[in-house]
Amino acid sequence: MAEKLLDLQSVSMSFGGLKVIDELDLHVDEGEIVSVIGPNGAGKTTLFNLVTGVYVPTGGDIVFAGSSIKGLEPHQITRRGIARTFQTLRLFLNMSVRENVMAAAYGHTKAGVFRAMLRTPGMRREEKEIRELAEKRLAFFGDRLMGYRWDQPAYSLSYANRRRLEIARATATNPRMLLLDEPAAGMNPKETQEITELIAKLRTDAGYTILVIEHDMHVVEGISDRVVALDHGVKIAEGTFEQVATSPRVVEAYLGTGGMARK
Amino acid sequence: MGGYDDELTRPLEGALEASTSEGPTSPAVGRDEWVARHGDNRSRRGGLLGTVEDRLRRVPWWAWLTLFVTAAALVPVFSDSGYVRRVAFDISLYMLLALGLNVVVGWGGLLDLGYVAFYGIGAYAYALVSSDHYGVHLPTIVAIPAVVVLGAVVGFLVGLPSRRLTGDYLAIITLFFLQLFLTVTTNGDDLFGHNVTGGANGILNVDPLSFFGRALPVSSGGGVFNVKYLYVSLVFFVVVYVALRFVNLSRTGRAWRSLREDPLAAEVMGMPVNWLKLMSFAFGASIAALTGTLVSSLNASVFPLSFSFPLLITIYTMVILGGAGSQGGVVLGAVLVGVLLEVLRDPGDSRVLFYSVIVLGLVAALRLSVRLAAVLGGLLVFGVVAHWIAGSIHHGWVNGSGGSGGQVADFMANWVVVPSHLAGWVTPVSYVSLVAMALVLTLLRGWVRLVVLVPVLYLAAFVWENVMLAKPEPTRYIVLGVLLIALMILRPSGLLGEKRVEII
Repeated sequence: MAEKLLDLQSVSMSFGGLKVIDELDLHVDEGEIVSVIGPNGAGKTTLFNLVTGVYVPTGGDIVFAGSSIKGLEPHQITRRGIARTFQTLRLFLNMSVRENVMAAAYGHTKAGVFRAMLRTPGMRREEKEIRELAEKRLAFFGDRLMGYRWDQPAYSLSYANRRRLEIARATATNPRMLLLDEPAAGMNPKETQEITELIAKLRTDAGYTILVIEHDMHVVEGISDRVVALDHGVKIAEGTFEQVATSPRVVEAYLGTGGMARK
Repeated sequence: MGGYDDELTRPLEGALEASTSEGPTSPAVGRDEWVARHGDNRSRRGGLLGTVEDRLRRVPWWAWLTLFVTAAALVPVFSDSGYVRRVAFDISLYMLLALGLNVVVGWGGLLDLGYVAFYGIGAYAYALVSSDHYGVHLPTIVAIPAVVVLGAVVGFLVGLPSRRLTGDYLAIITLFFLQLFLTVTTNGDDLFGHNVTGGANGILNVDPLSFFGRALPVSSGGGVFNVKYLYVSLVFFVVVYVALRFVNLSRTGRAWRSLREDPLAAEVMGMPVNWLKLMSFAFGASIAALTGTLVSSLNASVFPLSFSFPLLITIYTMVILGGAGSQGGVVLGAVLVGVLLEVLRDPGDSRVLFYSVIVLGLVAALRLSVRLAAVLGGLLVFGVVAHWIAGSIHHGWVNGSGGSGGQVADFMANWVVVPSHLAGWVTPVSYVSLVAMALVLTLLRGWVRLVVLVPVLYLAAFVWENVMLAKPEPTRYIVLGVLLIALMILRPSGLLGEKRVEII
């Protein structure tokens, strides 16, 4: 059995009286691709917000690479090696495509303002490295995010390319683990196929461990080593895609207990 | 406007071809390059103006900076008037202050309403270590860096409790800090029994700047402003400008831009947002403090009221007018507002300025068209007729003097109704009805608007000649306010500010 990279130990989260995540146990092994599915409002995005430190869990503990990350600031967690994308795209729209990716290198670079003012050789070397890193990350997407459009503002990109840019930006933080929040949302079937292959490639070529929220079952089936189904903040099923897809509780969560079930 | 049509259709044709031929190199609908290029074509001006604009855009920033600073340094060559030189120095201080505020407001995205307090702290700190007040006379090359560091530290400390506060809360806290600064300095002659700041009388006999043991006298004989201070200030300006430009090009600058775009995304992408905000706050404060040393050494004195709300508003106007976030923009804003405030002091100059702005505004809005001729001609006739009617009713209605000033003033005296004695009710009524009619004007469309525009403009001239010119001090700030409102309608991002897309 591979080592657990991310381990949520009976994590709870409530907003006032509303329990959004209820004593959830979830782990992702090194090099694994795990999908989280569930109906709207099941707590999937809240789960991402807990792992990345946007929210601090009201109960339980989150362990990443052997140490607890509970209560750390989001940027500290990113430095430990977790990067994410957003379901509602949150690019730096008025910055260029390249700058969006370069900005994400902040956490693992170190030239301070005084070195920047003097443009010391070390600072310039680092800038060059950041630039090369950004170009490498963008080149990962083949001709989809190539060349000329690196200097365009991010707002000029199409929806699908904004999703790709979000992934490129996340990888520029040099993470060990990627959290992808609905990477295929709003994409046409061809693009969905592409993103499925891309996620697989992110693991095989770049070696990321991936936790992904996805509604498109073709994508989930195509990429997942393991699927976790959530409903009302509780894990209702876990296992291979087939196991989860045929689980009566999952079917019930998605379709409700109407007509047929009642007989 | 033929060029516009061409540009609109050309890419479309290309796109149609591409969608049928499926060539890998041809542009296509839905492909990002094509969309972007198309957007570029549409936003770019055609014709000569567009070419000029393109060329100007390609001039590198350091060339602009060199050109600008050379021009500023040549001011004393072209004018030996102490007044002009002193104004140039004051404007160079405004430029420094605007650059500093730009870091906080434009880059950090923080609303710092206590900014001039840091300017004051710099001035007072320099005065305290370079005067007989405590008998401390530090050499300038020690005093200035020390004051800059102090400014950064104080800025950091003020920002610290408010680092989680954003927007309105931060604005209130910094505003309070400015008020605190004013209260402490004004009452600082008896602070726990010690005379710290000299109170309302300030600190006098502050040392001039001195470099390597040679003092730089503040006046070069006869009480005339010593132009060397202008050069020192310009050197500071260049250093600050270049340093900030380099910071903006570094990872810190990128992080500032990111957090202004989306603080949550920036934080999750590994940027310590709170720390970065504090840093921009401290940066702005240290630049303000640096500027404070200049003003305090040149004036040889500091008083609490030099660092008050009118100055704060003026600097904000410069930054917003020029375009928050753009270094060149805020410098342009500082120069424009600084010059404007000086020009408006003199009735003759301000009259010329007022009418040229009206005519230029009409030209810009109506272009060179029949409508422009109609409005200008109508205005001229309207004025002559109104003047004639008023004059034939009572001679005293038109024989008032609008003050001195060349041909423009003479013409206006025969065109605008200027009574020799103004009844008490005229001022408020004409002023309020001008504002009301200007608002009505925004609701009208088409030719009705043009017809109403004529009496409104005439009323504006009437108010200007009778009301505004009589009171130059409030007029300066009213003009500034009108200018800001007009700019925010026409160009919300400021003169040189980047056009920003919010959510699409």
